[in-house]
Amino acid sequence: MNVSITGPRIYFTIPILGGIPITETIVNSLLVTLFILGMCIFLTRNLKVRAVSKRQVVAEFLVETAQNFVNGNMGVRFSYYGPFVAALFASSILGSLLSLLGLFPPTSDLSTTGAWAVMVFVLITYNKIRSGGLGGYLLGFTQPIPVLTPFNILSELATPISMAFRHFGNVVSGSVISTLVYAALAAASAAAIGLLSGTGFVPAIVALLGCALLVTGLRQHKMLKKILGGIIAALGLLGVLSYVGIQLDIPILQVGIPAVLSVYFDLFSSAMQAFIFCMLTTLYIANAAEG
Amino acid sequence: MERAIVLMGCAIGAGLALIAGIGPGIGEGYAVGKALESIGRQPECKGDVTSTMLLGCAIAETTGIYGFVTGLLLIFVAPGIFMGLL
Repeated sequence: MNVSITGPRIYFTIPILGGIPITETIVNSLLVTLFILGMCIFLTRNLKVRAVSKRQVVAEFLVETAQNFVNGNMGVRFSYYGPFVAALFASSILGSLLSLLGLFPPTSDLSTTGAWAVMVFVLITYNKIRSGGLGGYLLGFTQPIPVLTPFNILSELATPISMAFRHFGNVVSGSVISTLVYAALAAASAAAIGLLSGTGFVPAIVALLGCALLVTGLRQHKMLKKILGGIIAALGLLGVLSYVGIQLDIPILQVGIPAVLSVYFDLFSSAMQAFIFCMLTTLYIANAAEG
Repeated sequence: MERAIVLMGCAIGAGLALIAGIGPGIGEGYAVGKALESIGRQPECKGDVTSTMLLGCAIAETTGIYGFVTGLLLIFVAPGIFMGLL
């Protein structure tokens, strides 16, 4: 059983400043950035006031949604943060969704989410200093009593760390669990074929049962029955082949079953984490500017 | 021998770190229960309650994620560092 859970691979190293490694994260982040740039250029060409095209409707919908989100969370006076938050959201969600294409998602590297969190931290600090002045900002650490200063500094530093770790941990936990499930299913299908192939009779029955389930599913238009029937039929067929002497090492149980996990970890979790990251960004910045 | 002890310590530590998953589990279950209660009381607020609950759940998950990241570090990073020290 080969389970490999690795970080980003290093493609090559630029030999300046002690060597700058070019990793999968950098390449895939650039891919995402180029995709977003391409979409922006594609969606905003030929903007008109009347007789708008479908493309423009999509673009307007996206921009309005982002702007409403920022205005609703931070107030209209911070509406200039709209592009920043929208860029964060787009990078985050598209970066996480890259895992659907089988590429390394940039958000499952702590460097990416860490960089975003540091940007947000800089903005928070900038807004705090701007609203209260440098003296007010520094005095804020000694509130409510000076004894609490170390804890205040710690809690200030905890903000970016928790944001980075939350996003990173969610994406990585998804990919780790998916990898483990894939490995387990490969082992399980090998074991099942080995178990079935003792005789020629049993796998034939299993294959027939699977075919029956598949046909029932096709008649009733039930997706689950179709998939399960197909998998069971293929399992029986592989068992027969293995009994005859043709060893095919096909992890048949990996078909279809991990899709359930993928829907949660790749689609739902990606969207959720992108949304939460942007939500926290807006709330923290607005809070800093008011405090 | 030292290598075995290092690996054993890291593995036990990773297992212990994942106990952190209990807290968010209880907390999120509690939050979802409350959300269901409030939906039962005011079914017309279902959308608002659900989205707020999901946001709260995702934030409550943070401590569990800390435990998970610690476990990952103990499995993948810590053995390398400690082996280097030996």
